[in-house]
Amino acid sequence: MMVPLYMYLAVGAALFIIGAAGVLLRRNLLIVLMSLELMLNSVSINLVAFSSFQGEFRGQIVAIFVIAITASEVAIALGILVALLRNKPTLEVDEITIMKG
Amino acid sequence: MELGIFLFFATVTIIAALMVVIARNPVHSALALMVCLVQVAALFVLLGSPFLAALQIFVYVGAVMVLVLFVIMMLDVREAARVRFLQGALIPGLVTLALLGAQMLLLLISSDRLSFVSTNQAPILKGGGLEQLSKTMFTDYLLPFEVISVILLVALVGAIVLTRSEVK
Repeated sequence: MMVPLYMYLAVGAALFIIGAAGVLLRRNLLIVLMSLELMLNSVSINLVAFSSFQGEFRGQIVAIFVIAITASEVAIALGILVALLRNKPTLEVDEITIMKG
Repeated sequence: MELGIFLFFATVTIIAALMVVIARNPVHSALALMVCLVQVAALFVLLGSPFLAALQIFVYVGAVMVLVLFVIMMLDVREAARVRFLQGALIPGLVTLALLGAQMLLLLISSDRLSFVSTNQAPILKGGGLEQLSKTMFTDYLLPFEVISVILLVALVGAIVLTRSEVK
């Protein structure tokens, strides 16, 4: 029995909302970064689902690019995190107010 | 049969994702995220793209998550925060999330383009079509591919410059 498309899209939407909840609500900076990964993954699920159901593979290529971009994003973000912790030893997002944001 | 396997993978994915957001300890969060990413790779296999699933496991679980775990353990920030969630942002954040979820649900239910795609009954790609995929990637998408490699190089150099301590 084949799985209909909307089920994959529903999984993607649920993952996106959970990831957005992590970004908006959590205080720990590391968990905010991990929730960003969740959101990117939900987008990849949507891309691959559409490409598979349309008999196309260009969506898979875009998903590969998303994975590559995510790897570089994590490297840069963790670098910034380490540099930030050297100046101010906290990981709570509401206590990092160096730039008066 | 396929539906049962899909439902199993989807349930584990969503439970692991909830664990990522709810867990108190960042290490538990990272491990739950690993489980979630492996399940997403399984969904990719179900969708007929095993190459992408292998890539997901190599890059995400093998490299990215190990990097995150290294940083968590190196920074020694394991003491659990007493307050997990932001204080002032709780109500507006929940309202925003509810609105987002309602919009997505509405689009999933009532979009006519989506029903066109799903009633199209195109055959699912079997075997991944890896040869076609690589041909397209290295002809039509050659320029984005090169740009991605340059971006990865820039990220590498940037991470080294950012984390280097000042030596003078």
